Amino acid sequence: MSLLLLIEQILNGLQFGVMLFLTAAGLTLVFGVMGLINLAHGSLFMIGAFAAAATAAATGSFLLALAASLAAAAAAGALVEVLVIRRLYSRDHLDQVLATFALILVFSEGTRWVFGSFPLYLNIPPALSGPVTLPGGIEYPVYRLTIIAVGLMIALGLFLLISRTRLGVQIRAGESDREMIAALGIDINRLYTVVFALGAALAGLAGALVGAIQSVQVGMGEPVLILAFVVIVIGGIGSIKGALIGSILVGLTDTLGGVLLPETFKLFMDPASATAVGSALASMLIYILMAVVLVVKPMGLYGARA
Amino acid sequence: MTRETILNAALGLGLLAFPLWAYFADEPFMITLATRVAILALAGVGLNIALGLGGLVSLGHAAFFGIGGYAMGILASHAQSYSPLMETPFLIEGTKSMPVIWLTAIVASGLAALVIGALSLRTSGVYFIMITLAFGQMLFYFAISWPAYGGEDGLSIYVRNSFPGLNTLDPIQFFLIAYVLLMAALRFSARLAGSPFGLALNAARQTAERVETVGIVPYRLRLTAFVLSGMITGLAGALFADLNRFVSPTMFSWQTSGEIMIFIILGGTARLFGPVAGAALFITLEHVLGGLSEFWHIYLGLLLLVVVLYARGGIIGTLAGQEVKHD
Repeated sequence: MSLLLLIEQILNGLQFGVMLFLTAAGLTLVFGVMGLINLAHGSLFMIGAFAAAATAAATGSFLLALAASLAAAAAAGALVEVLVIRRLYSRDHLDQVLATFALILVFSEGTRWVFGSFPLYLNIPPALSGPVTLPGGIEYPVYRLTIIAVGLMIALGLFLLISRTRLGVQIRAGESDREMIAALGIDINRLYTVVFALGAALAGLAGALVGAIQSVQVGMGEPVLILAFVVIVIGGIGSIKGALIGSILVGLTDTLGGVLLPETFKLFMDPASATAVGSALASMLIYILMAVVLVVKPMGLYGARA
Repeated sequence: MTRETILNAALGLGLLAFPLWAYFADEPFMITLATRVAILALAGVGLNIALGLGGLVSLGHAAFFGIGGYAMGILASHAQSYSPLMETPFLIEGTKSMPVIWLTAIVASGLAALVIGALSLRTSGVYFIMITLAFGQMLFYFAISWPAYGGEDGLSIYVRNSFPGLNTLDPIQFFLIAYVLLMAALRFSARLAGSPFGLALNAARQTAERVETVGIVPYRLRLTAFVLSGMITGLAGALFADLNRFVSPTMFSWQTSGEIMIFIILGGTARLFGPVAGAALFITLEHVLGGLSEFWHIYLGLLLLVVVLYARGGIIGTLAGQEVKHD
């Protein structure tokens, strides 16, 4: 395997990891602040992608499509929080799992009802399509590079939001003691809605950005959701830093494993069965990574609370 | 007799009477529907041991359901093509015999539950939910990318497997097999709940510290419950694959885990016959609403929301009232 190909795969892994971070960040924030496990987070990812695809088809503008994905996912998140999620904070995890599973059914079938079963396509804007030559002579798609940059910028923004702003102080306070911040005169219901909508918007944006690489279809959110769970288990629940490091780890492991494992097996097996065994094992690699982290640190790399 | 006992008897007899009626009315499709209810309820009875009795919210029971299914698929496909499963170090041949397949499914899913449970039970609460879900997904992707047994397309079996002395191709006879296994699992589950083990498990669910104080290790209780639970769900998976004469990675999907959980919740969490009531309602809805609208999952989702938010006891809780306090 050439070094160039390896670097390209590392960039792919980074891009995948950054996408996972946008999804996992909202999930871990919602769990950290409200103590809620939200299976419907993947649906918000899907809503973002569909909103973007529909807007791009109507207006032809990619920026408007991204704005629409943020707005639609945040609106759907806020609506669901007020109507359903709010009643679940005091319930046990089983009720939360079931109610949010029910929300997935409603969202997925609702989207299928409105948009049909056929996948939609979201085109990469002309300015960002095509490859760019990186130092060292590597040709890499501009769009994927942009995703990495956007994702890292959002990660930085999120860190600043949480560590430097008034809302961030309230979020951190909400994680440690929700009665106390309510007693200090902060509208806890409003704070919860804002946090939930923020997480939803991030997931929606991730959906729109990924939608331009893959096709936009019903059910696209759940595989991402489950990977985001793996990320959170690895990083530690409630920790944004853990989510970032977990995302990059999972992204790199998945992408590099898919390429390197079959190659490694080819050293001592015939190519056909090496590809079969290698790719089967590669598909399990991130879960094995999760199991290893779990054995070493049951609370995740940066987890503080169960 | 409490109202719940009467209700349970009605459910058990109803599930038997419906296919018998269908048999005499010559409606073989209705028998198949009843068989689906019995098999899916069996999967639910399995999960209920972990979920209801042990308080372990496993969102990865599709793993065991799928392993059971693939145990059937792999053994039967080898018997079908007359090729041995492996030759070295010793010869293992495929089989079309149900009892052997069931045993394999139970042992295989029990072993998987031991490994998954031993890792997942190191954590609790929301971590446990996410981890079981992730392990289920791991097997799902493994089944998709492992080409030897059909990969994404799954495996088809031409003729249903055989049971000594019975004609399993006859829908009513196959239903009776599933029904008897369901009743046996329910009886086992009831005995388990009343046994010292079940009582300790129940206590560990309520207050783990107290159980530890009297010298019992909750981890071992939970792991045992998880393994038993996986075994029963695995058996249901083998039957389900036999019913469809088809097994595919879908059996491993997280939606399957969610649906098995739905049976329990619709019926009533931790109720003995909850999975039976839930599976019956689920199949009825699928049949009735599925005929009305292609998008029947919306209604299922809304119903589930209502049950979770407003009718927490499920069907049995609503009809039979509060659970009898026996602790």
